[in-house]
Amino acid sequence: MSNSINKRNRETFRKLTVITLVMFGFGYALVPLYEKICEVTGINDLAKPDEVVNAQVDTSRSIVLEFDANVRGEIAWELVPRERKRKVHPGELVHVVFDLKNSSEVPVLAQAIPSYGPQRAGLYVKKLDCFCFTQQEIAAGENLELPVVLVVEPSIPRDVHTVTLSYTMFEIEGGGERTAAKELEGGKG
Amino acid sequence: MIKNDIKSTFGGSMRLTAFLRLICVGTVMLVPGLAAAELQWNFKPANTEIGVAVHDLHSLVMWIIVLIAIVVFGAMFYAIVKHRKSAGHQAHQFHENTTIEIVWTVVPVFILVGMAFPATKALLELRDSSAPDMTIKATGYQWKWGYDYLDEGISFYSTLSTPREQIEGDTEKGENYLLEVDNPVVVPVGKKVRILTTANDVLHAWYVPELTVKQDAIPGFIRDTWFRAEKTGTFRGQCAELCGKEHGFMPIVVNVVSEDEYKIWVAEQKSRVAARN
Amino acid sequence: MEAVHEHDHSHDHPSGIMRWVKTTNHKDIGTMYLWFSFAMFMVGGVMALILRAELFQPGLQVVEPEFFNQMTTLHGLIMVFGAIMPAFVGFANWQIPMMIGAPDMAFPRLNNWSFWLLPPAATLLVLSMFVPGGAAGVGWTMYAPLTVQQGMGMDLLIFAVHILGMSSILGSINIITTILNMRAPGMTMMKMPLFVWTWLITAYLLVAAMPVLAGAVTMTLTDRHFGTNFFNAAGGGDPVLFQHIFWFFGHPEVYIIAIPAFGVVSQVIPAFSRKPLFGYASMVYATASIAILSFLVWAHHMYTVGMPVEAQLYYMFATMLIAVPTGVKVFNWVATMWRGSLTFETPMLFALGFLFLFTIGGFTGLVLSLTPVDVQLHDTYYVVAHFHYVMVAGALFSAFAGVYFWLPKWIGKMYDETLGKWHFWLSIIFFNVTFFVQHFLGLAGMPRRIPDYSLQFTDFNMISSIGAFGFGLSQLLFLYILIKAIRSGEKAPEKPWEGADTLEWTHLPTPAPYHSFETPPTVK
Repeated sequence: MSNSINKRNRETFRKLTVITLVMFGFGYALVPLYEKICEVTGINDLAKPDEVVNAQVDTSRSIVLEFDANVRGEIAWELVPRERKRKVHPGELVHVVFDLKNSSEVPVLAQAIPSYGPQRAGLYVKKLDCFCFTQQEIAAGENLELPVVLVVEPSIPRDVHTVTLSYTMFEIEGGGERTAAKELEGGKG
Repeated sequence: MIKNDIKSTFGGSMRLTAFLRLICVGTVMLVPGLAAAELQWNFKPANTEIGVAVHDLHSLVMWIIVLIAIVVFGAMFYAIVKHRKSAGHQAHQFHENTTIEIVWTVVPVFILVGMAFPATKALLELRDSSAPDMTIKATGYQWKWGYDYLDEGISFYSTLSTPREQIEGDTEKGENYLLEVDNPVVVPVGKKVRILTTANDVLHAWYVPELTVKQDAIPGFIRDTWFRAEKTGTFRGQCAELCGKEHGFMPIVVNVVSEDEYKIWVAEQKSRVAARN
Repeated sequence: MEAVHEHDHSHDHPSGIMRWVKTTNHKDIGTMYLWFSFAMFMVGGVMALILRAELFQPGLQVVEPEFFNQMTTLHGLIMVFGAIMPAFVGFANWQIPMMIGAPDMAFPRLNNWSFWLLPPAATLLVLSMFVPGGAAGVGWTMYAPLTVQQGMGMDLLIFAVHILGMSSILGSINIITTILNMRAPGMTMMKMPLFVWTWLITAYLLVAAMPVLAGAVTMTLTDRHFGTNFFNAAGGGDPVLFQHIFWFFGHPEVYIIAIPAFGVVSQVIPAFSRKPLFGYASMVYATASIAILSFLVWAHHMYTVGMPVEAQLYYMFATMLIAVPTGVKVFNWVATMWRGSLTFETPMLFALGFLFLFTIGGFTGLVLSLTPVDVQLHDTYYVVAHFHYVMVAGALFSAFAGVYFWLPKWIGKMYDETLGKWHFWLSIIFFNVTFFVQHFLGLAGMPRRIPDYSLQFTDFNMISSIGAFGFGLSQLLFLYILIKAIRSGEKAPEKPWEGADTLEWTHLPTPAPYHSFETPPTVK
């Protein structure tokens, strides 16, 4: 009799443990889920070439494309768009160049992350080629020309007039070194 | 080592006694002090059209809340006063009434729908950063702001200019204590200014109350917001996202000036850049 | 279900410290939870007073900014995970078996474990202040990537959160199993006291939400030390992702704290109104819908991260919707009092204080649900005021109500009614002095988590600090009342509250015996 309750209790315990484990997994599942949502809504574009669905040039309207670039980290380097802004028609093929200059005395391995303002515009800016698709290696004192080829889809909402394409360049470092550097920083802070 | 930490953390006993004295004096002085001070009970006046809309929305909701509060607290205090045992009130043993339960579920839904309309309208306007007249990128650093005028090619850092002695209490605090910087942002009045935010290290947030702007700055990504100042003047704000030890010490100052003054300022900045090169 | 769960009662009342270390008795464990919670409440309270001392006037007087940030972090974590949650688990341990007619919790040994996980976790949190670099100064929300910059204190904090989470999950599994399987014959689900219902719903929330937090802090840990890039943009991650995962846990957490408080109040108000709870069924449904909605609104804590406007609209509407079931609960409590025969002993005073202040917290919640307004108020003192109205006036006042209400049943002695009333009036007055003015600070634009502020905010901050010290000192009175009641309280009558009608009052003697309901009562 008392055994029957014990059995039921154990059964409930098992079920609840499963729920707990599933929810722990769900926390992790939020990572790919979030990436997928961002990809679909164009918030954070993943680093791969897009396909252009509609290549018809819409000459009836034009959009101001702004270019912006940032570099992070302690190294002496710069990333600068060759032009600050350009007026383009949706559907038109746009070539732009960013200049990466490493004034430091060490070679740098770098990765650029694209970002859009307003974010939803990211859905309509299709990058056919971009230096952000691969890591860039730049020797000490070297200058690199980094190209981007993109198309603004004609389906972009009519109320979007300005789109900012911004890159942030990060240094890719060796794992061990990096953790050590962080510890040091944390200790100070 | 730990001992030293604690000592520096509490800043020695001198500070503590000074503090205790202050509490005593403060409590005594408080009442007359309050009467003299001009207290800010509500939002500061908005300097943007959308800001006025947001404040109106807030006022509307506050009035609705006052009405609901009168009904709910009215009933509660009525029961407290009239239905007390010491007043000889007998308990009536009812415990449900379907009609009234449906009413108090449905009526709030209607009130909420009524609030949702103006809120949606204000939100859509607030987030509409399209067709700006100019774009400024604000980059959060630990612990200062960097600004880039994307159209003009002007770049500068903006750092707290309040002297350390004022913070430590060694000299008297100035009027704009903690809300003053070496290089303020300068923008023309009446123009739609788009602010792109990003950050160098950790999260920051670009917040100027009177311009109704608050936007997180996220390392690696840009976000955008905007304002169109209606009046000239100086508007002060602060970083609004915890970003480390000097989170409280990276203010934002925006000088809204006339179109002409803005042009002069831009020319000055450009010639300064030219001189440096 | 005529059988009783038999377990090792053989060791009747072992004495000394080992009684407490080894106990599997739900009443002993409940007592330990409550005292632990009170100790943590004192520790977190002292931290709050350090913050308020620094904020008493502009300038840096008392602590350095790093230490200030550490205090905000630890104050938040200790109050949420160390004080409020264990307090209600303590109530659950004491009350649930008695209220459903069970002899003990379903897994007594597990219950002992759940409790004894807490002290090491709390020790880790407190110890983290003394490692090189000090405790983490990241806020209880632990947003990336600031967490990556922290020293060893952050790792201790993460470890502490893991243990606390583990304790809550085990406790919740125990509570759910007890409620589902151990009820006395005739105690159907819809006859359970509302306190039991609210705990059942809370325990499910905990089981679903705490693992997600464990995941979030584990990701932070691997980002810090093992080269993962969940929240690091350079490696393809996104700092905002942390906020989504955190608040997926964090919003339900708000209700994990509030819902058991609703349960306590739903027992106290009917008892002192001498009337059954109005709308019992609708209370159950409203609580369940609040719980479900709490998983669908998390991003309303993130209106300024720059979500797409469509997402902001969704979160705004969903958040406003929570006002409906919350409103239903408030109306039900008022209707319970309506035409009752009210008396105002201390438990009732605290329950009314809860009702009044929690409703104000609900109102400001409504203001904050509106995205355009929230963008102005986010991360300001308005939000600080709002959640202290919900958590202090909500959870803490309700916990006080519960302690005064059940203390006679627990120890068989009465507390000092006059001092209890003093405790209430001092608490409610100083609480409002502390937190009401913070609404004005927030409206005027004072950001939260800053150690120093501009001169415009001086007056309200002074008032708030004075209130905080008053509130803190008033709680020492509570400690005195408890000790006085335990040591020299008058013997409690069998049924001190005329209107109390749950099993522990109607079927058990006062004080409740160490082992109760070994033969289950029959509920008609």
